[in-house]
Order: sequence, then structure tokens, then C-alpha cells
Amino acid sequence: MGQKLLLANDHIEGIRFFDAYRKNGGYTAVEKAFKMTQSDIVDEVKKSGLRGRGGAGFPTGLKWSFLAKPDGVSRYLVCNADESEPGTFKDRYLMEFLPHLLIEGLIVSSFALGSKRTYIYIRGEYAWIVDILEYAIAEANQQGFLGTNILGTGFDCQIYVQRGAGAYICGEETALIESLEGKRGNPRIKPPFPAVKGLWDCPTVVNNVETLAAIVPIINMGGGEYAKIGIGKSTGTKLISACGNINKPGIYEIDMTISVEEFIYSDEYCGGIANGKKLKACIPGGSSVPVLPANLLLRTASGEPRMMNYESLADGGFASGSMMGSGGFIVLDEDQCIVRNTMSLARFYHHESCGQCSPCREGTGWMKRILHNIEYGLGKMSDIDLLWDIQRKIEGNTICPLGDAAAWPVAAAIRHFRDEFEWHVLNPGEAQIRNYGLANYAEALVTA
Amino acid sequence: MALQFTDKKQEEIKVIIDRFPEGKHKSALIPVLHLAQEEFGGWLDVPVMDYVAEILNIEPIEVYEVATFYSMFNMKPVGKYLFEVCQTGPCMVNGSDEIIDYIKTKLGIKAGETTIDGMFTLKTVECLGACGYAPMMQLGKVYKEHLTPQKVDEIIEQCRMISAANN
Repeated sequence: MGQKLLLANDHIEGIRFFDAYRKNGGYTAVEKAFKMTQSDIVDEVKKSGLRGRGGAGFPTGLKWSFLAKPDGVSRYLVCNADESEPGTFKDRYLMEFLPHLLIEGLIVSSFALGSKRTYIYIRGEYAWIVDILEYAIAEANQQGFLGTNILGTGFDCQIYVQRGAGAYICGEETALIESLEGKRGNPRIKPPFPAVKGLWDCPTVVNNVETLAAIVPIINMGGGEYAKIGIGKSTGTKLISACGNINKPGIYEIDMTISVEEFIYSDEYCGGIANGKKLKACIPGGSSVPVLPANLLLRTASGEPRMMNYESLADGGFASGSMMGSGGFIVLDEDQCIVRNTMSLARFYHHESCGQCSPCREGTGWMKRILHNIEYGLGKMSDIDLLWDIQRKIEGNTICPLGDAAAWPVAAAIRHFRDEFEWHVLNPGEAQIRNYGLANYAEALVTA
Repeated sequence: MALQFTDKKQEEIKVIIDRFPEGKHKSALIPVLHLAQEEFGGWLDVPVMDYVAEILNIEPIEVYEVATFYSMFNMKPVGKYLFEVCQTGPCMVNGSDEIIDYIKTKLGIKAGETTIDGMFTLKTVECLGACGYAPMMQLGKVYKEHLTPQKVDEIIEQCRMISAANN
């Protein structure tokens, strides 16, 4: 059983509230951090090797070190709780059940970065979690961990929760900043990066919920110790949101040394494919990362077992690999239709495109319509090449990565399941009446 | 009748504006639009948006462009109970299409429509972050998860009972 750093205490009764959280070692990271200098804290985070848990995997310590510190200008820390990547629901779990872990991480990080007003930007649909967070913030204020002159250090800090209103794009950090300023969530052109010109043109760091929660164990145990967990550049633990056709959907904390096979079939994690079906494919890191057929999911192109970490999931590039992304692990069984699944994701990205860049605005809708036609038996063989061509022209040609996120699932589906698309075109009648489960992609049931 | 927030809501708006540095009150726009939608009938009519612009001392167009951008703001009237059913991939592989069809048949409406008695609106939405508990829908402030036709029946019945009790 892997080591748990974030969810070690999630089973304790009342852990959502200050008293139980404090009694179980809570807020010691704040006390420790306040005895350190700001640059020492940043150094510990650098040493930990922590990578952004929102999806991009950028080293957090490095991101922090880019923060500009001009005299007399406010700096801001913003927590990205706009969790919207299909397949991902880990931040919701952290905030709902361990709100003080996030608040503690935010206090330490705000101190390290010099943010006196720190915002949690949460997706609008998580309305009831706003109440949970605001309650936890009020408790932290009462106990002297927030407010003015925290613990007699002279450091002032307040945390505010801002609700979004339904827009996937606001998970992109510059769109989030625009939204927090009371505008449409249109991503900004980078550079300048938020670290130089962010919220209200002030230097800003935007970090994911899980990233900020991980700051707590990093300070408590030291960056060096944290880095010993895991493997290579995949240090520490990662939360995986497992969903789709599995026996035990839910949130799992893994230490990134286990194999994909163990994660899917072990009773400690997903507990195997639901209803005794076979594994057909999996989107291992949230809907925008490439889908992999069972054989390439469980083993890399060179035949090595594929592991649940940043490097191994990406092994083989997009030709035969995928990405860790946000850790949204979507499992598809042998009955699932790849065309239908891809159509659903294309519809999602079309719905969520902000409309600024024409390749994304027009391309996502075009892909959605073509996929719809193919799924419903109205497609032509040339449509498959057309889809490929469209996604290629979106990727890399937009201000923000939503264009890439829309292109990759379509590209991967065609790359690995082209014959399934062709089957739809050649069998329009059948395509309309039944889903297409391609038995030859399903791996014989393996047990961990 | 001129639109006006209740005193309690006006206090709430002051607290929201105070979260931001001086002169950055426009940041309060999205939270205030949420309050306005709750207070003035579940959707944002033009006079409501104009009123919000007035309160925040910004141009009406700044409110319109935001209200139309975010999917949680309703630009037309909705029923007393809004069923927002997720239809994205992870929910779809767990049967959200069947749940949506069931609700359509049960209520006799299509997605985006409201029942004649003004009670229910069905809206299909994209991923709400409940993929492990699929299929699901949002009803007001809460999530209803692991939906089955039977559970949908119960939810509809509960809504009717609550509504009847409040009348």
C-alpha cells in the first residue's frame, strides 16, 4: 500500500472542522513555515520536485521563483479550483472533505509569495463547497491563522472564495484571471506571464488545489524527503480520479511507482472492469489527453509495463503514449464505442471554446458535426481524413491550450481506432442502431 | 415595479465588493449576477442586468457580455426546478443518454424546454466534475448522483411535494 500524504486523515470523523484537523497534526506546516524565510520555503518546494497537479505538470517551485517582486506592488496567489476537465473530480474531494488542508497550504504559500489577498476561484457548480470553504476560512480566522499579524509574525493575509459561473476555459490561468476581474473568460496572450502581469496587472501565481495542498506535507517533512517518494521526476503522491467502466470509481492517492495494470485491476484501486467486461481503452489523464487502446495502455511500445507516473504515461510520445494530465482516469470497456465517445468529447470542447481564435471556434464545431455524422451512419470515408486535417490545423494555432485539448482526443482516436471509424462509414445501418465494441482491441483479462 | 435587492442581499453585495482592492469592484460582477438570478426569478432579464450594472457602476454592456458567456446564467426563463443533466463522456459511458431520454419522456419536454406548468426545465450540460458518481445532474445547489429512472422519479416527486407544501 502506497504512502498517503494528502488523504492520510480523510477517514477521521470531523476532519472537515478545525478542531479535529488541528488535533491530527494540522497547521504545523504554518507554524514551521513562519520560522523560515520566504526564499527558504520556495527552495523547499523546488527541492520537492512538486509538479503542477492541474494538468500541465510544470515544476511548482520554478513557477514560484518567476514571481516578480517590484517594490510597492501587490502580489497575488490565486488557487485554481475551477476543476472542469472531464474525468477529473479530485479537487472537489479535497475541498469537500479536507478544506483545512487547502487553507493551510494557502496560508504557507501566501506567506512564501507575499500575497495578502489570496483568492480561491472555484467553479460555479460547486456551490455547496463554497460554504464548506468559507466555514473553514472563518474557523482559521478565529484561531488566528488568518487575518492581521498572524501568530504574531506581522504577516497579514486573508483568503476569499470567488465562484465562477460555468466555463471550462476559466481553468486556464489567464482566463481565470480575466474571470476574477469580472470579465468573460478569454485567455490572454502570453507573454507577459501572470508571474509578471497577472491579476489587475500585478504579479500573480495561479496554482491548482492539489498542488497547494501538497505544500503542507512538503513543509512538514522537508522537500528532500518528499522527493524521495515516487520515481524520477514524478515525486510525491498524485490523486487520481478514476471513473468510467470500473468496479470502484473514486479518488485514489498513489505514489507513482505502481503500474497501470495494478491500478486498474487491484482491489485497492479500481477493482477491475465493471460487469466482468474486458478493458478496451483508457483516457488516463483527463479528456484532453490521447486515448490509448488496452495493449498500449498496459505496456509501452517497447513492451515495458506502463507505470502510473508522468514519464511512463508519456512514453512513446503521442504515437504510442499519452499523458498524466490532471489524473482523470477514464476507463472504457469492450462495449464502448470510440466514435461516440470522441463525439461526446468534441461536443464538450465546442461548447467550451471561448471563441477568440478561429481555428478553435470553427474547428471544434466542424469536428463535432463530422463525428456526429459518422456516429449516426451519415459519414463518408473522406471525412476521416478531413477530421485528421482539421485537428492538425487547430493544434498549436490558438492562444491557449484548449485548441490542443480539443485536437488531441480526435487525433488519438483516429490514430489507434481508425478501423472503427471506417466500420461506421461502411455499415451505416448498424452504426445507427448499436454501439461498436471492437473485441480485438480488448486485452485478455489480466490480474494484478 | 422597480427592481431592488432585499436589504440582506445588499449587505451581501457590500461584503463581496470589499473582498477586492479599491477600484476593483467589477470583480464582484459574477457573484452579484448569481445573487440577481436567485433573487429575480431564476434568469437574467435585461432590466435585471441593467440594475446590476447600476449597482456596480459599470456599463450595461459589461454585464451583458459576461452574463451571456457563462453557462450558469440563464438568458431566458426556466422552470421552478432546473434539471441540469451531464452528458459528457464519463457520464455517457455510464448511461446518461438513457437518463436524459427517460426525463424527456417522463416530463414530455425536450432538452432546453420547460413543462407547461412551469415546474421543470431540462438542460443538458457538460462535465460537472462528478464523473465517478455518474450519471448525475445538478438541481439547484446540490448534485444528484448515481441516477436511475427510479431515482429520477423520486426527485420529480420530491420537487412536486416541496412545491405543493410551499404554495
